[in-house]
Amino acid sequence: MSTVIKKTPVLRDVHLHYCPGCGHGIVHRMVSEVIEELGIQGKCAGVAPVGCAVFAYNYFEIDMYEAAHGRAPAVATGFKRVHPDHYIFTYQGDGDLASIGTAEIVHAAHRGEKITTIFINNAIYGMTGGQMAPTTLVGQKTTTSPLGRDKDHCGEPIRMAEMLSTINGSAFIARTALNTTPNLIKTKAAIKKAFETQMAGKGFSMVEILSPCPTNWGKAPAESMEWIGEAMIPYYPLGTFKEV
Amino acid sequence: MAKKLMKGCEAIAEAAIQAGCRYFFGYPITPQNDIPEYMSLRLPQVGGCFLQAESELAAINMVYGAGGAGARVMTSSSSPGISLKQEGISTIAAAEIPCVVVNMMRGGPGLGNIQASQGDYFQAVKGGGHGDYHAIVYAPASIQETVDMMQKAFDKADEYRTPVIILADGLIGQMMEPVELKEAKDLQLPEKPWAATGYTPGGKKPRSVLNSLYIETEDLDELVDRLFERYAVIEKNEKMVECYNTEGAEYILCAYGTVARICKAAIRILGEQGIKCGLVRPITLWPFPSEAVHEALAQESVKEALTVEVSAGQLVEDIRLAANGIKPVQFMGKAGSRIPSAEEIAERILEMKRG
Repeated sequence: MSTVIKKTPVLRDVHLHYCPGCGHGIVHRMVSEVIEELGIQGKCAGVAPVGCAVFAYNYFEIDMYEAAHGRAPAVATGFKRVHPDHYIFTYQGDGDLASIGTAEIVHAAHRGEKITTIFINNAIYGMTGGQMAPTTLVGQKTTTSPLGRDKDHCGEPIRMAEMLSTINGSAFIARTALNTTPNLIKTKAAIKKAFETQMAGKGFSMVEILSPCPTNWGKAPAESMEWIGEAMIPYYPLGTFKEV
Repeated sequence: MAKKLMKGCEAIAEAAIQAGCRYFFGYPITPQNDIPEYMSLRLPQVGGCFLQAESELAAINMVYGAGGAGARVMTSSSSPGISLKQEGISTIAAAEIPCVVVNMMRGGPGLGNIQASQGDYFQAVKGGGHGDYHAIVYAPASIQETVDMMQKAFDKADEYRTPVIILADGLIGQMMEPVELKEAKDLQLPEKPWAATGYTPGGKKPRSVLNSLYIETEDLDELVDRLFERYAVIEKNEKMVECYNTEGAEYILCAYGTVARICKAAIRILGEQGIKCGLVRPITLWPFPSEAVHEALAQESVKEALTVEVSAGQLVEDIRLAANGIKPVQFMGKAGSRIPSAEEIAERILEMKRG
């Protein structure tokens, strides 16, 4: 019997704590496969965030840090400055990266820090129970916007990929989604490109990934994937915003 | 090496480099800017890296990253900036990462002022950040002592895998004194198999997980128990104190940092008037040398003690705990950076004598 597909050894053999239909497991596997394919497992470290991926340090078979809320790019900077010939990625959600950690992500990009950021945008705070995120869509109901997000009260959703692509130090910035098979293929390709950008020493790289949160959206997994296409992508256009 | 006239901040920075520190992350704040300025020029010359962070928060988290990667790393700041770093210091203590943090205290609360102060004693000694942890806290009284402490600070940080705080007042940072820097010897830095240096399955080094999250009660208990077992060893082995003229003294002054030097001048003034006064100067503020304080105060000759601080009264609480009622402990001090003169301290002792 021939092997058609096998699990990447960079993803550890442990039970993932994510909810059914969550996108984190898909992205974890893609990141792990990319690390394996690029042959950098022994020279790569990761930084887990505060949020749903807080336990990511248990899932990747590499050296891992767990950072305080929003600080992952600063922690990654410390590592990278000590080991410039190694590679490091931060794995952050929208509360972590686009709210409490805006200073750290903007200045990591601004310095052209040679790190890679995997940014999961699911338009909501997952781990804390479905509160409004900076990325929550206008009208979207959350536990802290029970009548739907009101743009006059708390602004419109923030577009991080567009914003960071305007910064000179960023070298590769893309937004992808997990909602269709072609988009999954593009997501993995973008993750690989982001790591290759770091390996080439070009500067800061980030992939923003539109990802489903069935539990906190109150939608079934399949319905959640449809909602990404119907509601999120029109506001968060997919594509590569920066590539040098 | 010959003595050299150096400003405190610069001497501290050079001493850190001599101690093997090669990474510095910080953010400008008065009165300690000479440290990052010196580091920005010197670290690249010795193959290190200086990086000006976007904030104190980022700086301390860069320290976490670099310390976790196995490097000797430090940051420095002054009171309001140290407040911002507390999240990171708590994280670093929990993640068991060695690092050195210098606090050139200025007046508080809030933005306070930019003059020398001792208002951050509680913050440094009683925790600062959230949760149950300690950092070793050294309180130097001269630039030479600060310089000598830097090597120890980095060594102890590595030995106990803990943050170490140098709690100095702005005077230490800004004044100039002759100092002797130790020759840079071939430093043998300890092995750090726990550090993130790259992990290969099946290799010698275990996978590093540098973490402060322990979601299960038993796991968090285990971490805190481990930390406190280590703290017990630190309390046993690392206390430092200077007892000056205490034997047979009538009055005991208690002070740390530069205020302790002023106390010595007061002791000379009192001696000329035939009053024997001594000084107990805690050099480590945590672990606190309670036994030495108690012993000095317990002498039959001692009538009363006086704690002198440039704060509204913080060290005095630990002195009273150490005294445990054996002798009255009075307090002299003000927040707002007003440094007491030797004459004022001597006069206060004379008042106490008059009753």
